Amino acid sequence: MADGLAASLFGVTVVYPDRAVIGPIDLTVAAGEIVALVGASGAGKSTILRLLANLERSHDGAVVRQITPGGTGFVFQSPTLMPWADALANVALPLELTGVPRAQAHARAVEALVAVGLGDRLNARPFQLSGGMAMRVSLARALVTRPHLLLLDEPFAALDSITRRGLVEDLHRLWSETRPAIVFVTHDVEEAVYLAQRVIVLDAATGRPGAAIPTPGPIPRPPHWRADPTYRQTVEAVADALASAMGPAA
Amino acid sequence: MRRATDLIAPLLLIALLIAVWEAACRLLAVPSYFLPPPSAVALALIERAPVLAGSALQTFWMALQALAVAVVLGGGLAVAVSLNDAAERAVRPLAIALQVTPIVAIAPLVVIWAGLDNAELAVVALAAAVAFFPIFSGVLTGLKSADLDLERLFDLYGAGRIQRLVRLRLPASLPFALEGLRVASGQAIIGAVIAEFVSGSGRAQGLAWRLLEAGNRLRTAELLAALVWLAALGLLLNLAVAAGAREILKRRSGR
Repeated sequence: MADGLAASLFGVTVVYPDRAVIGPIDLTVAAGEIVALVGASGAGKSTILRLLANLERSHDGAVVRQITPGGTGFVFQSPTLMPWADALANVALPLELTGVPRAQAHARAVEALVAVGLGDRLNARPFQLSGGMAMRVSLARALVTRPHLLLLDEPFAALDSITRRGLVEDLHRLWSETRPAIVFVTHDVEEAVYLAQRVIVLDAATGRPGAAIPTPGPIPRPPHWRADPTYRQTVEAVADALASAMGPAA
Repeated sequence: MRRATDLIAPLLLIALLIAVWEAACRLLAVPSYFLPPPSAVALALIERAPVLAGSALQTFWMALQALAVAVVLGGGLAVAVSLNDAAERAVRPLAIALQVTPIVAIAPLVVIWAGLDNAELAVVALAAAVAFFPIFSGVLTGLKSADLDLERLFDLYGAGRIQRLVRLRLPASLPFALEGLRVASGQAIIGAVIAEFVSGSGRAQGLAWRLLEAGNRLRTAELLAALVWLAALGLLLNLAVAAGAREILKRRSGR
């Protein structure tokens, strides 16, 4: 990527009809880095992701990003699969929409599903999958175009903690293969610290990025890293920053 | 077990009502041209079975043709209109005007257009006009019912309008379209009967013709027998469409 930049927001404001203005937001995501955004509900976390994906139409300020179709992957809060299509067709969709021939799209979709451990569920319909499996399909769909920028909007919030931890490890493993920049929205401080190289705390009122706290250690995380004192200290630091970003009302 | 009791309760009620009706007719000596007892209706159902079955088939056939026309026109117009907001705003008031105008009121006009010798055509056209709106409305609502995040996903990958229609909106509209079809199937039968009342039936003598004929001759038992056929026809068509829709949706997405 040009000068190591995945996507940037410069002085971006978004005005919603019946709520406070979000912004102005300045945020730069470097190529290949993993950033977690944490903030209170309604702090504009999802808005920032949509801005980075160029899905937010009306805003002021500048959004700088690579424009190739398929250059961005997006994982929503729910798996957001087409209920009438099997896992394979769901994962092949981004490739087919961007003009990849059907046979090739399906071959790459198979690879992507194998990579998330669902090589044996290619023809399963969404209703035949557990919540965790459906989210893996959603992850495979976001990665199938080999994006430079992967955006995830609280994707694991509805899952149990064991499934959640497994998916975070999967995400790290997949990241280390192609190294996309990842922006991960969550309201779970521990998940943010474990997952990201940098945790950005959003101001509850304006959604502006405040404290940016780097996390120590390598990715993928070593075994039992959650017991590591540096992990605990970083979690506390982020939690403190989040508490002060919430303001006196919290 | 629940299914059995679900079925028993309405059947018991019907049996009770028929018994009360029969008893009342006999005890109060009601003239049979005014209200024949159920036994007389049953007799008419048996004696006039070939005639009534033929007429029911005729009505059913006209309703089915009307339904097919409504599916093509209503579904097609909904798809066309969904591609353009201005077109939808332009068409919706007209579609609603068609819906709220009583079919009886437009029947004389349609009979003139179809030609007085072409009563069957007029009946199909009028029944189609009644069945049009549920299908148009169902498909149009369905086309807009796609998950908002899936729409965003299609935005993300720069999907074209046709891609979005074929890959997302049409499949998403299916449950709504099927519900529209279920409502429309009942409407088509009602429409066919009303249209036949108004326009006459030409050579095709449907159930409406039997109702009028029996009424004019004060053959009240036969009139009621024709009504039984009509109700059964509507119920069967409705149940068939509903069952088909359930099966399609279950196979598709397990719901």
